[in-house]
Formats: sequence, structure tokens, C-alpha cells
Amino acid sequence: MKLNGAELIIEMLQRQGVSIVAGIPGGASLPLYDALSKSSLRHVLARHEQGAGFIAQGMARATGQPAVCLGTSGPGATNLITAIADAKLDSIPLVAITAQVSRKMIGTDAFQEIDTYGLTIPITKHNFHIRSVGELLEVLPDAFRIATSGRPGPVVVDIPKDVQTDTIEIDSLPDASRPDRVPPIARDDLKRAAELINSAQRPMLLVGAGVIASEASADLLRLMDKASIPSAATLLGLGAIPTDHPLFVGMVGMHAARYTNFLLEECDLLIGIGIRFDDRATGKAAEFCPHAKILHIDIDPSELGKIKRPTFGIRSDAREFLSAIAPLIESNPRSAWIRHMEKLRARCPLMMPGVSDPLRPYGIIRYTAELLPRDAIVATDVGQHQMWVAQAYPFSSPRQFLTSGGLGTMGFGLPAAIGAALAMPERTVVCFSGDGSLLMNIQELATAAEENVNVKIILLNNERLGLVRQQQQLFYGERFHASEFRANTDFVAIARGFNVASVDLARVEDPIASLAQALSERGPCMIHVPIAAEENVYPMVPPGGANRDMIGGEADDVA
Amino acid sequence: MTSPDRDRNEAEAAIREGAVLRLMVRNHPGVMSHICGLFARRSFNLDGIICLPIGEGARSEMLLLVKDDARLEQVILQLQKLEDVIEVSRAPAMRATFETIAGNLRY
Repeated sequence: MKLNGAELIIEMLQRQGVSIVAGIPGGASLPLYDALSKSSLRHVLARHEQGAGFIAQGMARATGQPAVCLGTSGPGATNLITAIADAKLDSIPLVAITAQVSRKMIGTDAFQEIDTYGLTIPITKHNFHIRSVGELLEVLPDAFRIATSGRPGPVVVDIPKDVQTDTIEIDSLPDASRPDRVPPIARDDLKRAAELINSAQRPMLLVGAGVIASEASADLLRLMDKASIPSAATLLGLGAIPTDHPLFVGMVGMHAARYTNFLLEECDLLIGIGIRFDDRATGKAAEFCPHAKILHIDIDPSELGKIKRPTFGIRSDAREFLSAIAPLIESNPRSAWIRHMEKLRARCPLMMPGVSDPLRPYGIIRYTAELLPRDAIVATDVGQHQMWVAQAYPFSSPRQFLTSGGLGTMGFGLPAAIGAALAMPERTVVCFSGDGSLLMNIQELATAAEENVNVKIILLNNERLGLVRQQQQLFYGERFHASEFRANTDFVAIARGFNVASVDLARVEDPIASLAQALSERGPCMIHVPIAAEENVYPMVPPGGANRDMIGGEADDVA
Repeated sequence: MTSPDRDRNEAEAAIREGAVLRLMVRNHPGVMSHICGLFARRSFNLDGIICLPIGEGARSEMLLLVKDDARLEQVILQLQKLEDVIEVSRAPAMRATFETIAGNLRY
């Protein structure tokens, strides 16, 4: 068969199982879009390439399958960069296809020419610049294999316009690639890990994104229950364990409940699975779990010892490890340790001031959770609202919580929620956001309206960069500078302008009834919740401090 | 001491105190950027590079002169993660290669 590069790309994407791509066309990608127009591959037109990148991320995070975004050369590629970098830091399988100027123009500073390859080296797992149409046969399957193998991550494939139009004669299309097999674990390593676990008096699990990426939740729960090991999660590990599990102790780190950080302080063995000891989770790394031996399991060998030298580290896929070690783990009630955990939880629980008021942060989060189906997908932006959601939302399953962890990208929430809703149209997707974050990709309201996605934006509006304000209050002598928005933006009117339904919960008679109605109607909707500037996230570990030194969130605090 | 002499002494010290890594890599125009970029963005120390194509030119052999400190193990693990890096090993015997080149440097 004879086909051109663009047709080949589309065919091969479909063979890889891709059914939706997000992007924005431009001069250098027009051949690709011409081929798209003749195919059954669905294209979702974003309003900014960063939106397209996060829509693809939303699809990938909600499903675990690699997702694709498209950008043209030059600004199309530079606009994708934030979303690609975000995928790198959170290990999300993303394949970004960027168009490039024609080969003969490369290096001439041609219109919309930029060194996409050079720009994306440090923010991708790997990247490719295509030089001939024949290379596509090998590179595209490889891009998907790399994005999904081991520790997942983003891959960029940069394709000149004339490669898209060049034709090639082939007998058949190459097979779709599959992720590489996970590495086997040595029997002796398993034994040593099991000995550490079995002999621990006060073990704690800390689970991260690797548990979700490897779909290890069921095996994890079996280990927790059998050996009676309390488990905390990193921000990206939330959802791996149902929040209401009696041995789950919540998120660790900078905004953990006090009892969670205290428990980690006291454990004698920390079993870190699919985590990378991020500074927001560990606080001052040298003082994290100071009395504990550390058993570290991660698929990326460079993470073992990068931040914390483990007592014992195993390079392994989380599920592979958890299922292989299960028979070696002794059943143990660990009654004293569990009693201690319960006592500590009762003495210094997560405090949620205002939880019964739907117009306060914890209140709107808990009412939303109660009104939504248990399997609703929850996306957030970045800031105070993100931490309140991480603390207070009752997650029940992996891939339910979509949030930008490593890069902490404001503007992530709305497009990621759109992506999740596109990938899982039967689910409700809620996007908690703040006014600062939402403004960073607010143009995607147009995409939400156009695709009529079932996305509910809950906008906690304090007319501020709230987490910046909080840090200025706590650590910069209350010198509030550049953290207040004085323009009094009317978000309800903005939503209306994008043809998105909206409701202002501060201006209705019964906020809970209005919230229930907004959440139950299909299609995109913005729910505006004005909150006070003084609402802060507590507890808070000062940046660079040890996790035991938390500000606020004491049980006797009244708010 | 004249400045070229001082520079030469710097080079000799780097070679004497450094570690040499031998890499087998895929040979294409981007591979040097990938490797140098890794050192720059993780603030690893990189004092010298020798790189030449081998076999039929599909691969290159690369010698890196790096600082021999506590981060060396992490440097190697990060290099091994690069898709274009096929093999990484320590190659103390290749120190002489850098010494020869240092002796031939003009400036």
C-alpha cells in the first residue's frame, strides 16, 4: 500500500489504540490534519496547546493508557511544553506529536521554526526528530513503548511538514508496540524484604504514584490487612487505598494531618512503594522517619538512594513486588501499634473547620463528595483548594484523583477534567479550582462547551493567589504583595459568555440544593463559591522544615 | 605561573582525581545534547568528553571524565535511563586517553 507520512501517522496511532487526540492545527501540521479529516480518529480542538496537552494528560491519568496531543511547529510546540514537563514529573504516558518546518527550511530561522527537539530533551523521557518517512515505522511504536514501559513518561515526536507529505510504499503496517515486561525480582531480595517487614514492630507503608501506575491497589490492600500495616499516601498516591479504610492514615507531608506525620515519625520501618521521596512529602529529608529502617520499592532504579539511602531497595514494579511478596508475609495483628495509631488519630485528627458550611472550603468539598456518585473523577488545579481536596475528599479508587503533583501546574485542572470526561463519558468529572488557577487555562471552557463534557467546575474564589498569600502571611511578615487580584472578575458571567451553565452559590437561597441540581444536570457547569481570603490550609510544615514541626491544625483550634 | 600552565594543571588535576565513564550510545545528532543536558540539569560535574563513531557508524563510544564523588552512582543510574545510552561502565584504564589529549592541548 502507498500512503503519505501523515496518513501513516494516523493509521499507526489507531493501531496503538488511540481513539481521541487533542490539539490545535497550524501551518506545519496541515498535512496531518488533512489525513485526520479522512480518518475515524476523533480530534478535540483545544483553545491553547497547553490545554491540548492537559486534555491528553486527563485521558491518560484517568485511564492509564497513553494519550496523544498535537501541536504545530514553533509556538504550537512551545505552548505544549508545560504540559509535557508536567507529565514528566508525574510519570504520565503522553505522546506529543509536534509538526516541524520542512527539512530544507530547518536551521534557517524559518517562520514558526523552533528547536523542538532541543527544547524537549530535559522534559521528556525520550524524544525524536524524524528525518524520513520510513523512520516513522519504527519511531511511532517505539514512542508508545517508551511512554508506557517501566516508569511511564512523555515522549515527543517532532515531524517535519515534508515528511508528512512524502509517500512510502509498504506491504503492511508494523504491529502496535506493547510496554516492556517488568523486571523479575530475585528470590533473595524478596526474602530480605519480607524479613524486614515481618520483624518490624511499627511498620508504615507509604504509597505513591507507582502503585496506581502499576494497578497494585488490590495487592496492596491484601498486604495491609494481612500484616496490619497502617498506610499513608503521597499526593499522587491518593486513591490507591480507599479513604475510609481503617488502616489508611491520609496524605503525608507538608499538609498532612498531624497524626499522619507523627506516626511516620515513630515508625520503625518505612515501606515506600512507588514513591520518590519528594520534598513536599518528606519535609527535611534527613529528618524524615528518623527512627525507621527504609525498604524502598520503585521501578526506576535511579530513585533508590537518590534522596534517602534505603536500608534495602528493590527495583521492581509495585504490583509485581506486592504479589510476589504476599506468601512470605506473616499474618500479624500488631495490636499495640494499631491501638497507638488509633489513639494518635483520635488525639490529633485532620481538622476541617467549616465542614458543615457549603460556602467554606472543607464544607463545599464534603457536600460535593456526598452529592456525587462514589466513582466521580476529581481533578484539581494547584494551590490551597488542591490541598483541601487532597485532605478532605473521600477517594475510593485509583485514578479517581487527577492532580498536578511534581510540577504543580496552575491551569492543569480544567483541561485535565475535560480529558477525563472525554475518555470516560459515563462518569461525572468534578474540577476543584481556584480563581488564580482557572484563569490560566480558562479558554478551555470553550472546549468544554463544544464537546459538552460532563465537567463540573467548583471554583473556590478568594480573589487571590491563596497559597502565595498564606506563605506571605506565615513566613514573610504579612507583607502581602502581588497575591491579590483587584479586578473583581465576574466568573459567572465569563462562564455564560462561553455558553457554560453557571451558578453562584453565594447568591442562591439554598446553596446545597443548588449544588445538588448543578451536579446532577449533564454537561459542563461552573459552580462559583466565594471564600474568605483568610482561609488557610493547615497544618503546614514550613518549606525546608521537618514534618514533625507543623503549624496549625491542632485539635483544640476553633475556626 | 603563566596562565596556560595553570590551565594544564587544572586539567591534570581533573584527570587525576576524576572518574572515567565509558558509554556506548546510539550515534545520531541529538545524543550529545541528551548526555550533556543531563549533566547540566542535574548539576553533575563533567570535565571532559571524548566521542567517536564506532563500527559502521550506528553507534558511538564516549568517554566522560567526571568528578568522583558521592553522586557518581546517581550519575551512572541517570545515564542508564537515557534511551540512547546502550551501556555505561567505569573505565579507570581510559584515564590515559585523557592524559594524552591534555598533553596535546594548545591553550
